Amino acid sequence: MTDSAPSRESQLAAVARADRPPADYSGLRTALISLAIVVVLLLFWEGMKAFSAANNYAVTIGGTEIDLTIFNNSQLPHLGDIAASFMEPAQRNGPPLYQTLLDAVSFTLVSAIQGFLIGAGIGFALAVLFAHFGFLSRGLMPFVVASQTVPILAIAPMIVIWFGRAGNSQMAIPVIAAYLTFFPVTIYTLRGLTSVPATAVELMETYAASKLEILVKLRLPNAIPQIFTALKIAATSSVVGAIIGELPSGFQNGLGIAILNFARYYNQSPERLWATIFVAGLVGILFFAFIALVERLVVRWKPKESS
Amino acid sequence: MASVISISNVNKIFRAADGLSVTALQDINLEISQGEFISFIGPSGCGKSTLLRVIADLIQASSGTVTVNGKPAAEARKNREYGFVFQNATLYDWRTVIKNVQLPLEIMKYSKEERDARAREMLKLVELQDFAEKYPYQLSGGMQQRVSIARALAFQPKILLMDEPFGALDEMTRERMNNELLSIWARLKDMTVIFVTHSIAEAVYLSSRVVVMSPRPGKISEIIDIDLPRPRGPETRDMDAFFHYTSEVRHALRGTKPVDRSGAVIRDGAIE
Ligand SMILES: Nc1ncnc2c1ncn2[C@@H]1O[C@H](COP(=O)(O)OP(=O)(O)O)[C@@H](O)[C@H]1O
Ligand SMILES: [Mg+2]
Repeated sequence: MTDSAPSRESQLAAVARADRPPADYSGLRTALISLAIVVVLLLFWEGMKAFSAANNYAVTIGGTEIDLTIFNNSQLPHLGDIAASFMEPAQRNGPPLYQTLLDAVSFTLVSAIQGFLIGAGIGFALAVLFAHFGFLSRGLMPFVVASQTVPILAIAPMIVIWFGRAGNSQMAIPVIAAYLTFFPVTIYTLRGLTSVPATAVELMETYAASKLEILVKLRLPNAIPQIFTALKIAATSSVVGAIIGELPSGFQNGLGIAILNFARYYNQSPERLWATIFVAGLVGILFFAFIALVERLVVRWKPKESS
Repeated sequence: MASVISISNVNKIFRAADGLSVTALQDINLEISQGEFISFIGPSGCGKSTLLRVIADLIQASSGTVTVNGKPAAEARKNREYGFVFQNATLYDWRTVIKNVQLPLEIMKYSKEERDARAREMLKLVELQDFAEKYPYQLSGGMQQRVSIARALAFQPKILLMDEPFGALDEMTRERMNNELLSIWARLKDMTVIFVTHSIAEAVYLSSRVVVMSPRPGKISEIIDIDLPRPRGPETRDMDAFFHYTSEVRHALRGTKPVDRSGAVIRDGAIE
């Protein structure tokens, strides 16, 4: 069983490759470009620090003096120091920082995924309703749009209180995340469901197909590329939403509280906040990349739009 | 021969948002027989597509009736008597070729085995059996259109409606497709074909009758019987009668028939 697993996997991979539309290396190229950008940014980071240190944290350009103290070690730590901080305990006699952050990531990620699922589900259901009932779309769409202009920071505490009253305060965090994620799913799915060529619908009518069959066999598959675009946006917003949702929730375990705590001690050890920020960013990127991977496996028919 | 489709006094007026209205069809009367191959020809905007859509019950006539075997067109559509081939193949991008052909069979609740067997048979008919697992974007325009014909034929509709199906193809491909279509029609006995085209040669080559339409308002200006022998093939295009019919259709389209053709008719008479 254990022997056959990898060989079967590689077989599947080979089949998948063989069936793929004419080889496209855009994925590899994108990865290389992203890597190059990261390298340039890191070089810029260390370069500015070195430049500022060499000029005693101030330069004069055209008569105005520019303060460069934000590049000193207590404001912008060396990348090496940030990397090293992962191995040091965040609190005296506590576990190393990476351990603390790993726990925080798993807490936040669970909320983010729950929020993503709730938000995507609600967003999708709204889109299907809006696509079929024009009056619902006209009546409710303004509120859907308005919901996104209200700052989430204002709404989050209310959600926490409501769920606390209902005896399930931990659910408040995914719900706050869902509040951020349902919107793009509604907008993109609705567009995908309704941007169907007229003749494609007429074809279904010549078969005397029902509305449900038209939805399942035409509108939904037509919307899949747009749905994936929405899910990729939703994936990153769900992480942001979960982090924001943790702040008023009273739960101490997530990345949100870790950011808050390390920000308080920024002057003593800025590395920890930076380490946490990098980790939070990485979580969002990985969630995004996971959805993108699923997209590549599912959407195999439109090479023109996949780039 | 018994008439299958009766079109009587059909008018269709489109009202645009700006209040203007277009009379797309005016006073259309036509009887179409079982197993007939009939073409609609006319300049752009003369209502060919509109007439086809009214027949297929995809849009409603403003007045007048279309009946199929005495019953309203709506009923014929619900009974799945129509196969429709659109100008652009209208394949579903996310389905492979064979899945596209199976689409109507899925909706009509055929068993999985039958879906597969029929779709393969239809693909063989249009000579695309080797492309069953390809996606539409991997096919040329002519191949895509053949898939859409296979799809329309898969559930054996009694009436095949084709709206400029070969309009986007080059002349060579179009002639080959014409031959394929004729041989399919000959094999599927009793299938009535209504074929919309811009091409005079195509209309004459394929049809037993050519309905010539004129625009603004869309009307039938003439109906020409094409008495060319069947089966038709490349040699048909070289027959004198073929030239005769194409020029007759051309004159009908220009509306110049009574004046210009009098001499031609006498000469034809003299030769025969
Ligand atoms: N849905 C529609 N709304 C308004 N006008 C239309 C519509 N469909 C067709 N028409 C008009 O009706 C006329 C006939 O169109 P159509 O049947 O498509 O012509 P053809 O197929 O012969 O080129 C044209 O003037 C066209 O602009
Ligand atoms: Mg047309």
